[in-house]
Amino acid sequence: MSQRQVLQVFEQYQKSRAQFVQTIAELATRPQNIETLQNAGVMSLLRPLLLDVVPTIQQTTALALGRLANYNDDLAVAVVKGDILPQLVYSLTEQNRFYKKAAAFVLRAVAKHSPALAQAVVDCGALDALVISLEEFDPGVKEAAAWALGYIARHNAHLSQAVVDAGAVPLLVLCIQEPEVALKRIAASALSDIAKHSPELAQTVVDTGAIAHLAQMILNPDAKLKRQVFSALSQISKHSVDLAEMVVEAEIFPAVLACLRDPDEYVRKNVTTLMREITKHTPELSLMIVNAGGVAAVIDYLGDSRGNVRLPGIMMLGYVAAHSENLAMAVIVSKGVPQLAICLSEEPEEHIKAATAWAFGQIGRHTPEHARAVSTANVLPKLLALYMDTDSSEDLQVKTAQGFIIQCIVFLVSSPLTFSPPLQVLPHDSKARRLFVTSGGLKKVQEIKADPGSALQEYINSINNCYPEEIVRYYSPGYSETLLARVEKYQPV
Amino acid sequence: SMASLVRLQNEIERIKEEYFTRNRIAEENRQRENEAAILIQSWFRGCQVRAYLSHLHRKATIIQKIWRGFTARAHFRQMVKAAYFIMKMNFYHEMSVRIQQRWRGYCVRKYSHNYYARKRYMEGLARKNKQIRRDLEEFSEFQRRERERMAMEREEQEKNVQAQRMHFLLSTKQCPGVFNSPFRPGPDEMELRLRRTKPLPPRNIPRDRASLLGNTSPSSPSFLGVPRAFGAKPLPPIPSKKPQGPFRGPAEVWAQRQRGLEPSLRVQTSISDLEQAQDQLRSGEWRNHTMETMFQPFSKAHQNRSYERMLHTSSSFQPVPYGTKHFREEHQENLQGKQPFKTVFTTCHVFDKFGRLYSNAGKIV
Repeated sequence: MSQRQVLQVFEQYQKSRAQFVQTIAELATRPQNIETLQNAGVMSLLRPLLLDVVPTIQQTTALALGRLANYNDDLAVAVVKGDILPQLVYSLTEQNRFYKKAAAFVLRAVAKHSPALAQAVVDCGALDALVISLEEFDPGVKEAAAWALGYIARHNAHLSQAVVDAGAVPLLVLCIQEPEVALKRIAASALSDIAKHSPELAQTVVDTGAIAHLAQMILNPDAKLKRQVFSALSQISKHSVDLAEMVVEAEIFPAVLACLRDPDEYVRKNVTTLMREITKHTPELSLMIVNAGGVAAVIDYLGDSRGNVRLPGIMMLGYVAAHSENLAMAVIVSKGVPQLAICLSEEPEEHIKAATAWAFGQIGRHTPEHARAVSTANVLPKLLALYMDTDSSEDLQVKTAQGFIIQCIVFLVSSPLTFSPPLQVLPHDSKARRLFVTSGGLKKVQEIKADPGSALQEYINSINNCYPEEIVRYYSPGYSETLLARVEKYQPV
Repeated sequence: SMASLVRLQNEIERIKEEYFTRNRIAEENRQRENEAAILIQSWFRGCQVRAYLSHLHRKATIIQKIWRGFTARAHFRQMVKAAYFIMKMNFYHEMSVRIQQRWRGYCVRKYSHNYYARKRYMEGLARKNKQIRRDLEEFSEFQRRERERMAMEREEQEKNVQAQRMHFLLSTKQCPGVFNSPFRPGPDEMELRLRRTKPLPPRNIPRDRASLLGNTSPSSPSFLGVPRAFGAKPLPPIPSKKPQGPFRGPAEVWAQRQRGLEPSLRVQTSISDLEQAQDQLRSGEWRNHTMETMFQPFSKAHQNRSYERMLHTSSSFQPVPYGTKHFREEHQENLQGKQPFKTVFTTCHVFDKFGRLYSNAGKIV
């Protein structure tokens, strides 16, 4: 055979290999094909192609492997068991940028499923290779490496610490400053995943000066970037007072209030989460946020949003009101109580109702003024209804009971100038008593069945003592039946 | 006397009898009288003693009374002093309680729970909240309008690009286009857009070295004038007889026509190049010369410098009247022997008097 014909055989083989690998990569994008591919034993076929001579085939193989491992964790485990990872890690340092992108994609796809797989990735020495690729010029490679590091660090504190020890954090902070938006997004998300586990990790992230760069990106027009930035800042600030103060010192307020009107829902949710994490630490931080008008903005946010995303806003109001009675009054003045009442009635989810009940408890527990302000929103009957509802969970019942009972007791106490402990109460405020009756609260109180001798029963007794006996009997359940029974027994003369 | 003696001796018997009788009586009454005397004596002694005792009592009473009065008055004085002191202290206490009340009320109201400050704070907070809400509303409105505007602009842009690409659908006088149906009351907005937009300029297809040697090259006018579909190669040249003679091929000629001017260096330099260069040099020297004095090594020029007087001391700065107040030379002796000015031309006869009025110049022909 002539030389050309011999070479033609090789060319054909190469073409068929390339075609095979490209088709597998394309098929792997659709989830319904992956089962079939797995059953056909695609892993064992792809493994030798990873060591192919032709670089394009290597890259496409890596891409196909990544897509397969992305789909479910069985395949990821198969990738790990097939000893593919060391090869990938080795080539991550050697090859060109397309291969690096594909290899980082495989690592990320494997690491995202579970901590054990992520640990396997780390054990292959992937971290050093990934950190080296973070120093590359090509932004695509940096993005893929940062993504992989973020997925590894997501699972637990130990893996995060490993990522930090590999020296990834300063490079991630450098990546944040790059002009490409996708890279910024991924780097911010990776920093957020690193900082969320423990205060020391958050401190490490802060020490590299991440906060200033994150703060600069707050007013970026890209919505997904803003999501990640706010998520990162809230993960940093949630751990301790110092970190929260550092985040606040970056002068993000009042600029973040503008982001509360962003069209993207998750940006708004993350902003509220950030504000919640900041306000929960000290009264001074809450006061700062109140003075910047944050409470009003959050209340408007609660009015505009629906569903699960309301939860951080409600908790933020609760935390603000919990610190001192001035702040609770500030929440009331900002028209927070009607909005929370709307949330309580609109939301079907239990945990949101529990959070709202808790928030009401925190607002109303300080002085009778606060309790009166809360009760004017007709919240007490609803809280009692929630408490009585047998379907509601333990947590909800406990929270509503706390909220409601605290409200009632403080509310029934005398004029605003004195505040005496509940069991020695002699209510002087007849207007308050009247309001309690007309709002249906007394009726509901009678309906509570509490164990005799419990604190609840004592409270109910102290409430009943403030009213004449006939009124109490009138409102007790089954009064109409007793009246009818008396009518039946009566013999007219 | 003797008479009393006789009298006495006469009475001795009687006296003895009386003596015995009296003694008998006395003896009979002795017990009784003794007892009575004892009684009287005892009573009298008793009286005496009683009197003495009562005297003593009285005196003692007086002493005690005086003493008690004395000590009581001293005690009373002490009591009064103490009561006065207590009264003063009570007064002070009461007053200080009042002061403390006022002070504590003031202090608490000012620092710990200032009702009015809190009220002002709440009012300020309400105002701030309102302002923030207004600002946020404005901001979100602004953002929304921005987004809408961007979306609209993008749409406009897309439609313009579409119109540009479909420019051939423009209606002509003879044949109405698709968007300008004669059954419509007026043309469609796409038609109007087609009329407004300019068609795409013909693009320069990147020259392929292989396809150049036809008669028409991609940049020749005949190629540009013909409307072609995008990516179409130029049509092959119409084969015609080569003209006889020493003519170069059209491609070469075209290349030569296209070739730009490459003037030689002699042609490039302008006529005043030398002067320009000299000017440049001169201005460069003028610009860069900071020191007027030239550097002369080994010349002791700095030592032989003459003293330059200051301008202030070297001339008088009074106003000189010459030139403003009078125009004639005052020191005529300076002018002795000096020739007057000589003009180049004679004055014309119109200005005869004129020249001669002021100077001797007009006399020269």
